[in-house]
Amino acid sequence: MTQFEQKIRVLIAKPGLDGHDRGAKVVARALRDAGMEVIYTGIRQTPEMIIESSLQEDVDVVGLSILSGAHMALLPIITQQLRENDMEDVLVLAGGIIPDEDVAALQEAGVKGIFTPGASTQEIIDFIQTSMAQKEAL
Amino acid sequence: MTDNQSPYLKSREDWEETTLKKHLERRPERKEKFVTTSSTPIERLYTPKDTNAEEYLENINLPGQYPFTRGVHATGYRGKLWTMRMFAGFGTAEETNQRFQYLLEQGQTGLSVAFDMPTLYGYDTDAPQALGEFGKCGVAISSLKDMEILLDGLPLDQVTTSMTINSPAAIIWAMYIAVADNRGIPRNKLGGTIQNDILKEYIAQKEFIFPPKPSMRLVTDTVEFGTNELPLWNTISISGYHIREAGSTAAQELAFTLVDGIEYVKWAIERGLDVDDFAPRLSFFFNAHNDFFEEVAKYRAARRVWARVMKEKFGAKNPRSLLLRFHSQTAGVSLTAQQPENNVARVAIQALAAVMGGTQSLHTNSMDEALALPSELAVRVALRTQQIIAHESGVANTIDPLGGSYFVEELTDRMEAQTWDYFQKIEDLGGVLPAIEAGFFQQEIADSAYVYQREIDDRERTIVGINDFVNDEPVQIPILDMDPQGYETQCARIEEVKAARDNETVARCLANLRAAAEGTDNTMPFILDAVKAYATLQEVMDVFRDVFGEYHEPAII
Repeated sequence: MTQFEQKIRVLIAKPGLDGHDRGAKVVARALRDAGMEVIYTGIRQTPEMIIESSLQEDVDVVGLSILSGAHMALLPIITQQLRENDMEDVLVLAGGIIPDEDVAALQEAGVKGIFTPGASTQEIIDFIQTSMAQKEAL
Repeated sequence: MTDNQSPYLKSREDWEETTLKKHLERRPERKEKFVTTSSTPIERLYTPKDTNAEEYLENINLPGQYPFTRGVHATGYRGKLWTMRMFAGFGTAEETNQRFQYLLEQGQTGLSVAFDMPTLYGYDTDAPQALGEFGKCGVAISSLKDMEILLDGLPLDQVTTSMTINSPAAIIWAMYIAVADNRGIPRNKLGGTIQNDILKEYIAQKEFIFPPKPSMRLVTDTVEFGTNELPLWNTISISGYHIREAGSTAAQELAFTLVDGIEYVKWAIERGLDVDDFAPRLSFFFNAHNDFFEEVAKYRAARRVWARVMKEKFGAKNPRSLLLRFHSQTAGVSLTAQQPENNVARVAIQALAAVMGGTQSLHTNSMDEALALPSELAVRVALRTQQIIAHESGVANTIDPLGGSYFVEELTDRMEAQTWDYFQKIEDLGGVLPAIEAGFFQQEIADSAYVYQREIDDRERTIVGINDFVNDEPVQIPILDMDPQGYETQCARIEEVKAARDNETVARCLANLRAAAEGTDNTMPFILDAVKAYATLQEVMDVFRDVFGEYHEPAII
């Protein structure tokens, strides 16, 4: 088995306080059905908990689902802490109610893909697979 | 019925063999199978043989009569329209108070408070856990001071107020009562609702704090207190809304909500209350989703099942105990961020379903809610949608206008049958609490949510603007501006409150509350004492966190 054929490992986490976990669960299951290894943390994860799980599970991708509006406060902290823990290679994605005005700042902070209501699970799968393939090619 | 069934069946067969067959050959149907929003199959045609109308009096009857399928009031909306109750709340208490004043000026007839995440989890705004969450999904209420500002100038003896709060419901309610007490308004004049439905938090919305048993004890404390002190207050709003939003089908929403209701009734009876003393103050809250007829059937079945349960299972004698009264809200999850103006049409159809289902009050979502908190303009359009349904469409002029529709009656029967099946399944698991702990509800909902998403992704289900009729023009809608200083204002206010109050009294009240929580006394009077002494929300909740512990759910996908 070449490295490329190894299963992509994904952590799906819900930072912040909101309990709206429908999207996170649907995405987790869709990624699993697409052949990825998915770890779902459950709700109410602090940045520290998310970093800890990412390290422990040695993931390639971290998907953050947040619908409370606290994304601008929390997501940059998480990407910052990933970098501080030598996980700058990890692909960070976000999903939830994220207004257009916030997208540029989040991308600047290292959130590579942002998926808002209406995104299909296939788009997310494609995004991850393309990004991982690009990384392999480097 | 049997006698005239044969000629009917004969003509139906003839129709299928001739008229229909010919037509299908020429023009096949659009799809191989048609399903509802809940993925339930729908037949081509419904006729008298699909309904149990031969037992009309037993199953359908007249409005205001058992089993209330056609409504709880004998006059429907001819007597009184539903209450137009728009859920609002953001930022500081000052900002939300202004929004309430605005809504009352616009003709709204009841208030409904949304709280921010820290408040919903029993944290004060200045808590580290609250970082970034202040005022985002609702108003922040950290102490009685905030509640005083929130309710400033609002006539509490004339409006009814609904408060969407669950784990800390008893404390927030105590603050509301304290404001009224301080203004000299008698408690028996206060009308409103606290959501206070902790079971659906474990099942769907996940805003639980304590383990299920102590949580149920707190809910039962409020039911008991309300029964004795605030006879006009709805002490629990048993909610399917969030269950549906989390991805359940309509039938699951109905069954899980009603089974939760049954659980609350059991606990209150065990507390020693007479079912007929508290049951009339239980209310319900359902979703209004896209599938028009399925939703109407859901509300009609809800009334029928609840009446049967209350009468047959609990032996309720007071006719008011049998009535399922409900609030409804259009489906937030159905709103699209793409072409948000289309949401106005969705909301109108959903709202119409709630009205045709006989809702007692209604919140219509704003078109911009998949993008951000609603702007004032968007809220006004949503409220106007209700006013157009009420005053222009004519649907409020007769009672249960869809009653007798072969299709709607069949769907109503089917919805009821599915509900009884779920009751049995849950009983087989040992009841509601064991089923929660086993992750039963959570798994059922996650499965349905996944099926629904797959249907959209595979384009078996069309969502306009999402997987068909797509238009890539950039979205232009006004976004609500919040006071940028709100967080600082709120944190400063908490400090002021703590500096100005008598800290010895606060400590004594909290110690008394702890003793009550550890024992079996009703905690409500102790909570009232504490909030009146300006103990903060978090200080009160920390007593309970300490005594009851915190609950962690198994993560299920």
